[in-house]
Amino acid sequence: MSLLEIDTLAVQYHTLHGAVQAVRGVTLSIERGRAVGLVGESGCGKTTLARALIGVLPRNAAITGGRVRFDGADLLQLSGDALNNYRWRRIAMVPQAAMDSLDPVYRVGDQLVETMRLRGGLTSPQARERAERLFALIGLEPGRLRLYPHELSGGMKQRVVIAMALALDPQLVIADEPVTALDVIVQHQVLRTLRELQETLQLSLLLITHDISVVADLCDDVAVMYAGRIVEAGSVREVFAAPHHPYTMGLRNAFPSLRARSARLVPIEGYPPDLASPPAGCAFAPRCPFAIERCWHDDPALLPTTGGRLAACHRAAEADALRTQAPQAFARLETTGPQSVRPGAPPAGGTL
Amino acid sequence: MSHLLEVTDLRKEYPLQSGLLSAVMGSRRVVHAVNGVSFVLDEGGSLGLAGESGCGKTTTAKLILRLLHPTAGSIRFAGRDVAALDGSDLLSYRRQVQFIFQNPYEALNPRFTILRSLLEPLIIHEIGQSIAERVERVAGALDRVHLNPPETFFLKYPHQLSGGQLQRVVIARALLVDPVLLVADEPVSMLDVSIRAGVLNLMRELSRERKLTTIYISHDLALIRYMCSVTAVMYLGTICEIGPTEEVIEHPRHPYTQALVSAVPDPDPTRPRRPVEIADTVPTPFQLPAGCPFADRCPQVMEVCRHLRPLLLPVDAGVRVACHLYPDSTPRTAEGYGAKMEPH
Amino acid sequence: MSSSERAAALPQWTRATSTWRDALLVTWAVARRDRFALAGLVIYGVLLVVALAAPVVAPYNPQDLNYRPDGEVAANEVPSLPHWLGTTNLGRDIFSQVLFGARAALVVGFVAAFGVVVLGTLVGLFAGYYSGWVDMLLMRLADVAFGIPFLPMAIVLVAFLGPSIWNTVLVMVLLLWRDTGRVIRAQVLSLRTRSYVEAARVLGASHLRTMFVHIAPNVLPLSFLYGSLAVGWAILTEATISFLGFGDPNVISWGFMLQDAYNSQAMARHAFYWFVPPGLCIMLAVMAGFFIGRGYEELLFPRLRRR
Repeated sequence: MSLLEIDTLAVQYHTLHGAVQAVRGVTLSIERGRAVGLVGESGCGKTTLARALIGVLPRNAAITGGRVRFDGADLLQLSGDALNNYRWRRIAMVPQAAMDSLDPVYRVGDQLVETMRLRGGLTSPQARERAERLFALIGLEPGRLRLYPHELSGGMKQRVVIAMALALDPQLVIADEPVTALDVIVQHQVLRTLRELQETLQLSLLLITHDISVVADLCDDVAVMYAGRIVEAGSVREVFAAPHHPYTMGLRNAFPSLRARSARLVPIEGYPPDLASPPAGCAFAPRCPFAIERCWHDDPALLPTTGGRLAACHRAAEADALRTQAPQAFARLETTGPQSVRPGAPPAGGTL
Repeated sequence: MSHLLEVTDLRKEYPLQSGLLSAVMGSRRVVHAVNGVSFVLDEGGSLGLAGESGCGKTTTAKLILRLLHPTAGSIRFAGRDVAALDGSDLLSYRRQVQFIFQNPYEALNPRFTILRSLLEPLIIHEIGQSIAERVERVAGALDRVHLNPPETFFLKYPHQLSGGQLQRVVIARALLVDPVLLVADEPVSMLDVSIRAGVLNLMRELSRERKLTTIYISHDLALIRYMCSVTAVMYLGTICEIGPTEEVIEHPRHPYTQALVSAVPDPDPTRPRRPVEIADTVPTPFQLPAGCPFADRCPQVMEVCRHLRPLLLPVDAGVRVACHLYPDSTPRTAEGYGAKMEPH
Repeated sequence: MSSSERAAALPQWTRATSTWRDALLVTWAVARRDRFALAGLVIYGVLLVVALAAPVVAPYNPQDLNYRPDGEVAANEVPSLPHWLGTTNLGRDIFSQVLFGARAALVVGFVAAFGVVVLGTLVGLFAGYYSGWVDMLLMRLADVAFGIPFLPMAIVLVAFLGPSIWNTVLVMVLLLWRDTGRVIRAQVLSLRTRSYVEAARVLGASHLRTMFVHIAPNVLPLSFLYGSLAVGWAILTEATISFLGFGDPNVISWGFMLQDAYNSQAMARHAFYWFVPPGLCIMLAVMAGFFIGRGYEELLFPRLRRR
């Protein structure tokens, strides 16, 4: 059984302009000891998903459906102490920009100790001892516990924040953009530390990022999110080598690589849909060069394709053929623009 | 032959706001944001300034744009000293050099409609005879950056557009004055991955079509590889390596460039990487070491690096490197690129 | 759209790019979302109508002595049909005085507020934009203005310059610009580092153009906020100065009425109809200014809004 099982989870925001469906039925599971990367663009719902898992959604957001099972327990049914027993202790989170939330007037060691006492009920000496071990684990000398945040580099602060997440020995760590604000050299070092920790502590890791390269670097599995849905999931190697969803195919040619001299890049034309009024069909259809009539009114489910992979695409069976056409097909869209009008719009009422 | 842009030993220092004690003691600490940068750029060339945050690349750009005044050193544009320009000469310089901002959400006046923002350069430079002609030009510029149909954007406010559309508007605004040199500071870093390529391709097309000279500033070497023929890698306010982009990225010579190139994660998980390890210290642009600014973190540091600052000197294949690992045949003098100059 | 079609649509586009239209829209947005601000606007609206219509609507000239049918001065009359709010000890019609008092209040309130906003915004713009010695000089001036006790200084200046309504306005402008100036300066300091201000410089906009075309529209809402607060302050100050007897004796204002009532022992005689109406009017006018100011504030700083 997986450690974490998310089943058709839905989250809505209530805004001045009506309800925004930020997460629209996400199904995802994380096995014990695996690192899963959740990639998507800004506004695709990845941070909302993470916050829903740990129960720290903003006030105007609410879970409107689905289930989250952690180690057999239904997290969404828990509240109060029972939930706190999971939150921070068994599931920990490194929030976005967490390193900037370190309090500048306290020593980082004291902040770490305080976290353990408050959330874990450890005594002061216990917490101090554990803080030193944690620092050793993340590759900082214990002496640095006595420093103030401004005396640490960005990479070190990010390590401290990771140590805080690990303080109570969680089974699952959710890290939201853990290296985004860091310079590339330090980024690489923090990622490697994270990877080593995940392997030695047998952690499960959910890494949330917009940067596909970071996932390729660190994770075993990947889930690609678009407009509040998972559109493709599988092992990192397979998904990146042979994507089954047109969005993932499009992303491959959408940004330059350092290692290879890039041919002309091909953007994915258009913009993600407005989730205040999500489309009836596949959310990617207007930007998809392979959209067929069915895609415009029938939202594809995330279904197994070949080799234990999952994809939410009506044409997933043709993926191998589509992939070879993808660069040219996306390039054609770049010149014609996104499809605002359905090609061959079906008569009212639909044909299927 | 004279170059379009000639930057010589450019320096920018900021006084550091320090505590009462040092004020009483009279000590003056400064931040060396740009510490002796020199390069030349020919017409039609494209230069990438790469480096991590705080390396001085944005400050260099702002000095070139004359948004800041240099502490020392010179910038010559088409043979003229930029710092000495004033009046109509300055206005004409402003027309020839344009800037693409990192944050498109902030680059347009939030209280102006798109039309109003785009009319502004035409008003300032008195381009176009009538308001109708100016509006036509604006429509043309929006059309050129693929914002179609242009009229639908006229009365929109910046907050009604997406990041990609805003960046296109910013590019359109720069094009309206028909610039010669275009400086872009992280033009796509705030944009989503799927639309970055569209903006980059647009900028490539435009610079080819209008024979623009371009400077791209980015922490992303992959972007620079895609956009630029020459790459300069900056570290703590100085250029540590400069040369043809392919050379710099395929065969990095400076240890810092090596570390930087090897640290960039790759979207292909099957491609093996052997990252060069360097120390994670807090690089501070004040109280610079006497020697090489990279000495503290350099895995190949030698005794000489700690007290003698290396000069940016030619090595081979058109690459210049500021590193003692590449001993050079020319004798060292107090003159030259890396020479230490006392601020007056 | 062809170029000829675009030419036809031109007036519509240019109209929509006006900053003033923008400012009006903001005010409307404030009024729509905040009932108090709307109430404030309504109060000002009523005052404006009253002030304009006073000569037509007022049954008597507020300065004229009124006589009873028997030829006696109609002094200290209680409210009656001919004199809705009674008369003063000199036989002047109180209702007419209240109506005319609106003119003084509005003139003082709005002219002073306008002066405060203009001077304060200019000082803030120049200090914030140029920084350096300009900033130093202007802000030290503001410190001096802050250090001066407001009311005593206002009284001394009015006494020195002579009791006229315009001198009262001048004094208030000279003393009240400081708050606006400070706040606008702080705002400008943060705005001048924004990319769009740098963009204006890169495009070749002169310093003045950058300041007035690009930065000013973004601080105007803040200026309006301080302006609407200044209206209240100015009306209150004018009333105070008049009540203390330093006001313009030729202008009927609510403060003057209060002083008149006080001096003729209206309170001892329980002549509520004399001193309550002007007091109520002052209160309403001042409140209206603060209501509108509060509405602006909530729009500008949404975090203040109640959840």
